[in-house]
Order: sequence, then structure tokens, then C-alpha cells
Amino acid sequence: MATVTYDKASRIYPGQDNPAVDSLDLTIEDGEFLVLVGPSGCGKSTSLRMLAGLEEVDQGSIRIGERDVTHMPPKDRDIAMVFQNYALYPHMSVSDNMGFALKIAGTPKDEIRRRVADAAKLLDLEEYLDRKPKALSGGQRQRVAMGRAIVREPQVFLMDEPLSNLDAKLRVSTRTQIASLQRRLGITTVYVTHDQIEAMTMGDRVAVLKDGLLQQVDTPLGLFDKPQNVFVAGFIGSPAMNIATFDLVDGNATLGESSVPVPPAVSAAVKEEGSDTVTLGFRPEALEPVSSESEGGIPIVVDVIEELGADAFVYGQPAGPTSELQSDRMRSETVIARVEPRNVPAKGAKVNFRVRPGNEHFFSVKTGARIEA
Amino acid sequence: MSTVKTTPEVREGWDGAAAASPSARARKRLTSPGASIAAVVIAVLWTLPTFGLLLSSFRPEEDIKGNGWWNWFTDPELTLESYNEVLFGSTTQLSTYVVNSVVITVPSVVIPVVLALLAAYAFAWMKFPFRNTLFVAVFALQIVPIQVALIPLLQIFVDTGLNGTFWPLWIAHSVFALPLAVYLLHNFMSDIPAELVEAARVDGAGHVKIFRAIMLPLVLPAIAAFGVFQFLWVWNDLLVALTFAGSTSDVAPLTARIAELVGTRGTEWHLLSAGAFVSMLVPVIVFVTMQRFFVRGLLAGSVKG
Repeated sequence: MATVTYDKASRIYPGQDNPAVDSLDLTIEDGEFLVLVGPSGCGKSTSLRMLAGLEEVDQGSIRIGERDVTHMPPKDRDIAMVFQNYALYPHMSVSDNMGFALKIAGTPKDEIRRRVADAAKLLDLEEYLDRKPKALSGGQRQRVAMGRAIVREPQVFLMDEPLSNLDAKLRVSTRTQIASLQRRLGITTVYVTHDQIEAMTMGDRVAVLKDGLLQQVDTPLGLFDKPQNVFVAGFIGSPAMNIATFDLVDGNATLGESSVPVPPAVSAAVKEEGSDTVTLGFRPEALEPVSSESEGGIPIVVDVIEELGADAFVYGQPAGPTSELQSDRMRSETVIARVEPRNVPAKGAKVNFRVRPGNEHFFSVKTGARIEA
Repeated sequence: MSTVKTTPEVREGWDGAAAASPSARARKRLTSPGASIAAVVIAVLWTLPTFGLLLSSFRPEEDIKGNGWWNWFTDPELTLESYNEVLFGSTTQLSTYVVNSVVITVPSVVIPVVLALLAAYAFAWMKFPFRNTLFVAVFALQIVPIQVALIPLLQIFVDTGLNGTFWPLWIAHSVFALPLAVYLLHNFMSDIPAELVEAARVDGAGHVKIFRAIMLPLVLPAIAAFGVFQFLWVWNDLLVALTFAGSTSDVAPLTARIAELVGTRGTEWHLLSAGAFVSMLVPVIVFVTMQRFFVRGLLAGSVKG
């Protein structure tokens, strides 16, 4: 059990100008479950592999506890890793797979057997111990890969998208199993995923990466409530946040006939950077339908309705007289709004929405950084 | 057919099926009775000379020298005389040469396989400067014709005083086999998923452990395939044997002796067919027992998983 510290760690692949991971500064607490999330190619897997020792660290350093592991080979780092494709040794039985690391470490046979049996019990794998990986289902293989990590009782668990090869239903149940297993074992865990729902549901804290740069590290709720920039705002949350560039006129953010009141602090900050526009984001659940006469509403023609039972989402296009301008200024193709699941508008209907006060997110047009209200 | 015309998606599906259908049609044609008969005829024609050889080896000396093997059907007489003469006869004594062949072949298989395994692992999984250049260079050595290397090699062996022992044969066969062995085994090893090696590294394995516990078991089919291949090559080799051991009967293999039956001692050519079968016996046994690995090894490279 230990903390993990990335200290300005960078990885630059040979022959490339841009670092795959650009001076990553990150401290993971003892026993914490940290999720690295981001779109593909953002450097999240590279960061993990740097910690594992499978990727070189070109600048900066990485520490596990007090040990500097920057240039240590993987075998000396006391870590265990779960791979995306599980990487089970195909010619070994399940118990040999799980005991391989212990065998290399020279652990006595009795103890290997005991620890493998314990892990197998924990993961419900007892009846499969003599099988080869070939004879297991995807979910069972995934559990063996977990078991192989658990028996080692390492200082840090590393998991590289371990659920991406499971079907949707199994993924949801395994997700909670892994999270609760981690809580029970209390071993520091770094988990990589591209799926922001996985990130939000599993992580104590979530680190969002983009283009090798750390965007924000916070608790899932912190990311959701206070995204530090436009990228995080758009990446976290499902369905995604509506984001558009609004003009700042008389203390209101206006776009065509739609208008949202802007707190004075935000107006002042925008003026200070010499701009008269502001990026405004509002989540689908921050929209509420209002009567068509009310001032400053956002009129939308309903394209698609997603009825999930507990929720319903309206996907639409701007429909007012200035709809063209509004569509141009939007980050996405559609405006998404959550509506009452038992009271959905018809397709093609025109609905006027407004942003619930206090649920707006303001970002600088120039830097994309959050402007605190 | 009407549904095919109305829905474009289904049509696309049909196009996909049409793309696969030539092979299906070909398969159908190849399994037709006519094709089967043709295949049997070809197989019989192909095997006939070998069968004739087999029959000859059991005929008495004067029959072999007098007429062709097909005359056996009008004058059926079988004897083991040729085999007895060939194996234990005072002039031929092939049994010693069988032993020679085994002594030559086994190290000539083991040495290149062991060396090539180590080299292939390094080329596939270790990082060192000029790795790719070296690998291409190793494989480019294949271009050098074996005939060009024979005489210089012989000179080296004579200079170093190795001539007249088994060493020239072991070394020469190993040297000639290595480029292909390295190339083949390298391809097999690099087909093993990188994740597997990484998992082993994280589990605490160094190169030696990865090589022994992960690589060797997984490339076993490839080793078997190449081993059989090399065994047959060395066992049936005449050129290398004649160059490095031809004149010294102490170390000459079976093939060299059998060639002599026809050549310098032309009077004994009736023993040729029996000698050929003695020499064929071992490769046939090896191939039959190992062909499971051989076929699997050849397939394993092309079919993933």
C-alpha cells in the first residue's frame, strides 16, 4: 500500500515532437481508486504504462511511496496489472496463471496454493482452477486476470480498460464488483478507461486527460459540478453538456433572441480579458420547458426523443428566427434537454426551454477556462 | 428474388455471398466424383515409381539386373537377401552408416534450433542498437548460394584440423540452417501478443524466465515444424556430406554411401533400392510421428489465435 506520485513525468515517443504525456503532475493517495479518463490517444494508457515500467519516462519522475521507480524495471516495482485483453498465459491452467508471479518470487508452494485458493474464492473461480484460459468465458477470463493481480498483494493495482471486452450487462455488474473489491482490499488503484460512465461510477477521484495534458483531477461530482474548462465540461456527463458561444450584452448572455442572465462577476471577468463573448454551457437536466411567450427562451424543434423510462431526453435543433446563427455557434449538432419522462413532447413539436438559474457554466472564449460566478 | 430486388441492404448481403461463392463453387467441383477419380489416378501415378522401388528391393539380384520390377507379377519371388546384404554385408554395411547419419543429424538439428531460438527471442523482444539492420542482414545471408560457401568452409576446416571428424558436418549444417531458422522462429515469436510478455514482465519475470516459461511452450509447434524440416533436410543431404565427409568413410552418412553404390562400385547397384528404403525409413518414422506438430506449426503462423 502506497501513494503514487507523478512528478512532471513526460513521455515523448521517438521521432515525435509532441509528448504523448506532457509533464503529468498527479498524486494518488494511499488506498485511493483513481481513474484516468479521456478520449483515445489522450495519453491515459501511456501514463499507466509509465507507472508500470512498460514505457520509459523521458522527463520527470514517478514515485511509489518513497521509492523513486522512474527507471526501475517492472519486476522491481511491486505492482500488478490487469490488461485490456487479460493477457492470460494460454498454456497454463488458471491456478498456474494466478500463481505465476508468486512462483517467480520464490514463494513457498503451500503459500502459493493458499493465496490462489483465497483469491479464487473471492472471485468465484474455485471450480475453474484446473482449466486453461481457452475453456473460460470472457467474464471468467477477466476474473482470472483480476485474480492474478490480487494474489500478489501488490502496492498498486494498474488496470488498463479491463472491462472493454465484456458485453454491456456484464460490464455494469463487473464494474461494481471491481469497485467494491478495491474498497475491501484497500490497495491503491489506477484505472484507465475511455468510458466516462465507468470513470464516474468507480473512481474516488477522476483525472481527465487530453492530448497528453492533465485537464482536471477531482471527485466525480466535482468534475460534474465544476468542470475547469470547456473540454472537461463537454467530456463528463451523459448526455453531453450543451455548449455554445454567447454574446455578452448588458449583463446578459444572448444568442439571437435567447438570453441568459450573467452574474456580475462573470461579466467583469469577460470584460477584463477584453472580450465581448462568453462560452456558455448548460447540462440537459438544467433545461426546463417554459411557455412560448416567455422572454429569452431557447426554442427547439424536437428531432428525436430518447425515452429511458426513468429519464427522457429531447434532441432538437434551434427553431427561432435566428436559428441559423444559433446552430453556427453551437459546439454540437443538437441541443439536448432532459424532460419529464411521463410528459414528453411529440416529435417535430416546438418547445421553448430556459436554463434553470444557477445551473449555467461560463468559460472564457479565449482560454476555455472556467469563469467562476 | 423479389425481396432481393426491393431492398438494397439485402442485395449488398447477396453481393458479399457472391464474393465467397467462387470458392464454394470450386469446392463443389473438387469434391465431385470425377475430380475424386482424377485425384486417385494422379496419386497412383505419383506413387507407382516408389512402389516399383519397394518391389525391386525385395527381388533377387539376378531378377533386378535382368528385367524391370513389373516382371515380378509374372514371376513372383520375394527375398530379404538385398536387405541382409545392404545392412550387414561385408562390403556395404549400411548399419554403420545409419549410425553415422543419426550422429550427424541429431546435433545438426539441435544446434541451429537452440541458437535460432535465442537469436529469434532477442530479435523479437529485446531492444538493442541496429536490431532491424542485423535482422535483415541475417536473412539476407540466405541469398548466398550454399555452393559458394562449400570450398571456403572446407579450407577453414582443413586449416583448423577439424576435417575428418563430425564437426565440419555439424557446423556446416547449422550454419546453413540458421538464417531460415532465425527468420521463422522470429516470426512465430513476434506473433505472440505483446501484452503476454508485458504481463510476464509485470509479474516479475526477466528475459530468461519469459523465454523459458512463456516463449518456449508457445512456439513449441514452430520448433517441432522446423525441427522436422531440418531433420529431413540433413538426413537426405548429399552435397554437404560429400564435400566434408565424402572421402572419409568413418564419418560419411547413409546418403553418401548409397550414392557410392551406383558410382564407384557400379557392380552393386542392385542394392540401391534396398539401401534407399533403409535410408527412407527413419525420415518416414519422424514425419509420421511429428506430422501433427508439423501441420499445426505451419498453420499457427497464418491463423491467429
